[in-house]
Amino acid sequence: MMLVFGRLLDPQPVSQVAIAPGVEPIYEHGHGHDHDHHHDHGHTHSHDHDHTHDHDHDHGDGHHHHGSPLKTLIKFLCPGMILASFLLSVGAVWQLSSQPERTKQLIQFTWIAGLPFHMANGQLATFSIDWGFLLDPLSSVMILVITGIGFLIHVYSTGYMDHDNGFYRFFGYLNLFVFFMLMLVLANNYALLFVGWEGVGLCSYLLIGFYFQKKSAGDAGKKAFIVNRVGDAGFIIGMFLMMSVLGTLRFTDVNAVLRSGQFAPEVAGFGVLSIMSLAMFFGATGKSAQIPLYVWLPDAMEGPTPVSALIHAATMVTAGVYMIARSSALYQLTPHTLNIVATVGALTALLAATIALVQNDIKRVLAYSTVSQLGYMFLALGVGAYWVAVFHLFTHAFFKALLFLCSGSVIHAMGGEQDMRHMGGLKNKIPITHWTMWVGSVAIAGIPGLAGFFSKDEILWQAYSSPGGSKLLYAIGLGTAAMTAFYMWRLMNLTFYGKSRVKPEVEAHIHESPLSMTVPLMLLAVGSVFAGWLGTPKLWNLGENFRRFEVWLEPSFASAAVEAAKEGEHGASLEWILMGVSVFIAILAIMVARYFYHRKPEIPDSIEKSLKPLHGLLYNKWYVDELYDFLFVDGLSKGGGRLLGSFDRNVVDGGVNGAGWLTRFSAVVAAWWDTWIVDGAVRFSSFFVKMLSYPACILQTGRVQAYALFMVVGALAFLGYYMAH
Amino acid sequence: MHPVTTIHYLVLSAALLLIGTVGVLTRRNVVIILMSIELILNAVNINLIAFSHAWKNINGQVFAIFVITDAVAEAAVGLGILIALFRNKETVLADEIDLLKW
Repeated sequence: MMLVFGRLLDPQPVSQVAIAPGVEPIYEHGHGHDHDHHHDHGHTHSHDHDHTHDHDHDHGDGHHHHGSPLKTLIKFLCPGMILASFLLSVGAVWQLSSQPERTKQLIQFTWIAGLPFHMANGQLATFSIDWGFLLDPLSSVMILVITGIGFLIHVYSTGYMDHDNGFYRFFGYLNLFVFFMLMLVLANNYALLFVGWEGVGLCSYLLIGFYFQKKSAGDAGKKAFIVNRVGDAGFIIGMFLMMSVLGTLRFTDVNAVLRSGQFAPEVAGFGVLSIMSLAMFFGATGKSAQIPLYVWLPDAMEGPTPVSALIHAATMVTAGVYMIARSSALYQLTPHTLNIVATVGALTALLAATIALVQNDIKRVLAYSTVSQLGYMFLALGVGAYWVAVFHLFTHAFFKALLFLCSGSVIHAMGGEQDMRHMGGLKNKIPITHWTMWVGSVAIAGIPGLAGFFSKDEILWQAYSSPGGSKLLYAIGLGTAAMTAFYMWRLMNLTFYGKSRVKPEVEAHIHESPLSMTVPLMLLAVGSVFAGWLGTPKLWNLGENFRRFEVWLEPSFASAAVEAAKEGEHGASLEWILMGVSVFIAILAIMVARYFYHRKPEIPDSIEKSLKPLHGLLYNKWYVDELYDFLFVDGLSKGGGRLLGSFDRNVVDGGVNGAGWLTRFSAVVAAWWDTWIVDGAVRFSSFFVKMLSYPACILQTGRVQAYALFMVVGALAFLGYYMAH
Repeated sequence: MHPVTTIHYLVLSAALLLIGTVGVLTRRNVVIILMSIELILNAVNINLIAFSHAWKNINGQVFAIFVITDAVAEAAVGLGILIALFRNKETVLADEIDLLKW
């Protein structure tokens, strides 16, 4: 029965048949836990199974469908495409690095050619938008991250999604995502960036709702899409303002105008540039999950785990960071917006970290961790340290993708279990996953030597020392760092150490993931260790090679203000002290977490009991979802719906009805005019002609003899006339 | 005894024309009107023959044959119309048929 139900629900097999007539529709879901034990080649037919997708990896009983040539092709083709993109990206960046000006712009054609228009200052400008691409240090970092990490995640997905029904659909979406993401970061103007921006939003929506039979997945997809649209409205307004004030959307032109000194920094108050940058930042809060629009990202974990890693951790959610870094020239002129960016970033980092402390779902912890780390990036942007934000984006891409993929590997091993309360003691059962995740956790916790330390420490230092920073921002950042280390070690302890709390029926099936999954994990672990060495602190004096990241990005952020921001007027000893403090606090948090969740598991329980309201508050995510439901979903859509309904009835309908009445009234007037004036004129003229013709009518009797008489009379008259003359 | 000269024929012809014309204009019966038309045509024939004889030119007699032919055809068509009229209007009186007006 479920089979029939499944067939009705899932259109996938139809498309599979459409793609390859030789492939029989498969009705089974992966149950990763047994492909090492019994392979059932040959069985290509469907089997009854649970179709409800309790987790993103459905592990029902079924038989594998191996050896489909199309599937094998896709396994090589899709990651191969990304690998090719990666190699091309490396080649392009290599070429770029040998160019002195470090920027290559390629304008394909004019995409939107418009008419001249008057800008806000009255000058005449031409509304014209290119279809063009820009490769500069900033976008080169992005394309390397997208294609490099994207490739590893694609390889991982070939293993992770192997037994899934929607294998082909999944790779279609994933490749489309990479296409749009590259479009986003390579665009040479805001409009084309927006094309990529919306495209990745679409792919995100499709992949969050990948298991669309499950209501929560569909809802999460819609939530992500709608919340993002709210932000996009801000972005669009920002673009319109930019077009009207600057007359162009091309990055190079915008930067040139803004750096030319034509516009003074809006120090005194909110000017048009501030509104523009604020509107664009609002767009970024949607895409990059910041307060107030972060609520979609945790729910986005309904998607398959590789999607969480690629889209909702490493690449798409950093689009907002990229966009603001790309607009650095604009933001440098709007210090008030920058303050807001920094504040929002810091608060988001703190808020998300507090929520992550108490979540039990392994992916949700990582999701809130992602929101928190994105908050760090915005904090860095907000204090004017653009390269640091991009640096953290870069290192975060490695370790967060790694952590997500590891969590996917754990879930895979556990047969779909995501609740950490039912894990524990997995360390020796899935050793590769454990060690790679350990590396990722150390990296994100900020232990010196690994990627996260360098970028996070630089952010904290900039938050403290740069002109836009403050001690409060630093304190929030430091507190977040401590919580980050704590919740990561809580996750590690609950998952890998201590006594096993695994359900017995799951216990027997736990197994390490296949090579296609573990190799990407190992490569990402290597990246998580070494990526940070491209941006060591200036303080360490390791030479330019170890500060390559900042040097490389220099041209993208070339601006006097950025220079000023980098040179804090603080002593070296202070920086050493702050660095020491953050390392100490991270290690302390790790120790506490280990003590709590490994040695004395009863302590967190007693704390939870004694601080019941606080725990409830955090566990329920500060009730923000409920608040939004109350304010916007219920308040706006229901209460506001009534308001809008009466508005509709009275004003909109009134307008329509009024217009209808007006039309009818004018029709009456026109009909009267027609009947009496127009028709009257016509009728009068015909009446007049008739009157004139009346005498002639008398002669026309219709009797043939009368006519004959006229003829004779006429003939006689002629005759008489002729004879008379 | 006076010889019959051209002028006599012309007087006869004029008399026939007058009788025919008056018949066409005054009689109500379409049959009589058709007969009157025949009179008019024959008045013309007499004219043609008379001048043909007077001027020793055969053309006039040839033309008279044509007119007789024409008169036959006209009588046939006219009587056909008359029968059709009678079928539709149940009358052969010309003054009762006055559709040919505005």
